[in-house]
Amino acid sequence: MSIITPVTRLESPAVKADALDARRLRDDFPIFAQSVNGHRLVYLDSAASSQKPRAVLDAMRDAYETGYANVHRGVHTLSQRATEAFEGARRKVARFINAASADEIVFVRGATEAINLVASTFGRSLRAGDEVVLSELEHHANIVPWQMLREERGIVLKIAPIDDTGTLSLDRFAALLSPRTRMVAMTHASNALGTITPIAEIIRLAHDAGALVLVDGCQAVPHAPVDVQAIGADFYAFSSHKLYGPTGIGVLWGRAAELNALPPYQGGGEMILSVTWERTTYKKAPHRFEAGTPPIVEAIGLGAAIDYLQGIGLGPIQAHEQGLLAYATQRLSALPRLRIVGTAERKAAIVSFVLEGVHPHDIGTILDQKGVAIRAGHHCAQPLMHRLGLPATARVSFGLYNTMDDIDKLVDGLHMVMELFD
Amino acid sequence: MPNDLRELYQKVILDHGRTPRNFRRPAHPTCRAEGNNPMCGDALSVFLVLDDRGVIEDAAFEGQGCAISLASASLMTETLKGMTRAEAERLFEAFHSLCTHTDAEPALPEGSADPLTRLSVFAGVRAFPIRAKCATLPWQTMKAALAGEAEARSN
Repeated sequence: MSIITPVTRLESPAVKADALDARRLRDDFPIFAQSVNGHRLVYLDSAASSQKPRAVLDAMRDAYETGYANVHRGVHTLSQRATEAFEGARRKVARFINAASADEIVFVRGATEAINLVASTFGRSLRAGDEVVLSELEHHANIVPWQMLREERGIVLKIAPIDDTGTLSLDRFAALLSPRTRMVAMTHASNALGTITPIAEIIRLAHDAGALVLVDGCQAVPHAPVDVQAIGADFYAFSSHKLYGPTGIGVLWGRAAELNALPPYQGGGEMILSVTWERTTYKKAPHRFEAGTPPIVEAIGLGAAIDYLQGIGLGPIQAHEQGLLAYATQRLSALPRLRIVGTAERKAAIVSFVLEGVHPHDIGTILDQKGVAIRAGHHCAQPLMHRLGLPATARVSFGLYNTMDDIDKLVDGLHMVMELFD
Repeated sequence: MPNDLRELYQKVILDHGRTPRNFRRPAHPTCRAEGNNPMCGDALSVFLVLDDRGVIEDAAFEGQGCAISLASASLMTETLKGMTRAEAERLFEAFHSLCTHTDAEPALPEGSADPLTRLSVFAGVRAFPIRAKCATLPWQTMKAALAGEAEARSN
C-alpha cells in the first residue's frame, strides 16, 4: 500500500505518458473482455461511472460466500466477520482521504445522499436570510438540495461565477461572502468541464467569513490523491461507483466536531443508543447517520477498490490520466469544426466538446457503433450549460484503463461523424 | 460505415435536421405545447393553427435537439397541414408504432399509408431504442397541443 502524501492541489507536477501500463491494467477489468458492436470497447465515460476491477468483484463475492451476516448485531462468528470487514472498509476510506479518524466516515448511498444529508441536517439550523454559496460548475446533486432548503427555510443562494474558459474566479467568489454566509458547497472538479477549483483557497476564504465548506469530490478522488485535512474542508462527499467500486454506496466525510454537531438524518435501528416511548438517544457519528442495515458488501467492495487503487498509486494514475488529457486535447483541437468546451488551466481528465452542425446526441450514437462509449447531454449541470449558451456537449472522460489508442479510436470515430454529416 | 447508421441517418433526415422546415412561431397559434427530453435536454415547442372545422391550417415548431428530433419535427409539420384533428391523432399512433415496433415490418394501419410512407425514413430508429424518443418527442408534443395540454407527457 502506498503512502498518501498530503496535497492541496490536484494537478500533476510532471506529466508522464508511461506512468503506468494501462494496457496491462485493462486485463484487471472483466468488462473489457467483450467487444461492443463488433469493436474493442473504448470506454470514455468513467466520469459517469467507472468500470470495476476483478479485485472488487472477487471481494464482494467472497464476502457473500464466506463472511456474510448483518453487522453490529450478532455474537456469532459470521456477524463478527462481516462487522470486521465492514468497519475495516471504513478505516480504508479514512486512510485514503487522510481523515483524522474512521469515525469521521459516514457511509451513504452516494454523493447525492451525502449532500442531502448535510443540507437537511445542517439546514435545520438555518434561518431566513442565511446564505449558502454554490458555483456555476455544480452538478444538480449540489444544487437541488439547497434549492429545496431555500423553499423550506427562505435561505439565499449565491452563485460563484466562472469565466468563458470554465475557470472559477476567486475574487468574484470572495465578493459573495458575507456575515450571513453559513455554508459554501462547491465542487472539487467539474464533472462537465473537468475544471479543478482552487478548493484550498476557497475553503480558507470561506472559513475567514465564518462559513463551513462542503466539497463535492466525486470527480477528484478517482484521479488524484486527496487529503481532506490538508485542504481544510469541513465536509467532503464522493461516490464509490465513480471510484471503481460498486454502486449503492458513497462517503460523507466530516470533521468529527462538525458531524457530532448535526442532528440525526434518518431514524431507525443502528443509529440509537436507547429507545423508550418517552425518549430516544442517539449514537455519535458515524453511526448516528447510518440508520438501518447498511450496504455491507458494497462497503467491502469500496474497500477493495481503494486497495486496488493504492496498489497502483494515485500519483501514477494522475500522471497517466494527465497524459491522456494532454493527448486528447491536442488531437481534438486539431479537428476542424470541433470546439473544446472548458479550457481551464487545471483540469481533471475530462474533455467536453461540441462539433459544429452535429448535435452531441448524434455524435454519441455514431461513436457507439464503433465501440466508443461517450456521454452526450447536459451532464446533470443544466445551469452550467445555460451559462455556456449550450444545450448539450459531448464529453469524454478517462480512467486508469484508458490508452492513447483509445483516443485515436475516438478521433477515427469523429472523422466518421463528420463524413456522415458533411 | 455500418448499415444501421446509414439507415438511421438517411439523406432526408440529415437534410431536414440541418435545415428544418416550418421552424418558426406562427403569429396566432390555436394551440401549442412544450416537449422536453430530460435525458438529453432536447426541448421544443409545437404550434398548430386550426380552422373552424378543426383542420390543421398551419403547423410549426421551434427549439433545439439532435438531427433525429429536428428532422422528425420538420417532417411532422409538413405532413400535418391539411389534416383533421382525428387524422393527426391516427397518424401519431402509426408513427409511434413505426418507431418503436420491434417486428421487422412496420405496422401500417389501414388508410394511413400515404403520409406514413414519407415518414418511414424514421424506421431506422428501431435499431436504436434509446433514440426512438428523439423521433417521437415532436409527435408527443403535437398530441399534447391538440389535447390542450401545455406539456407533452413523458412516456
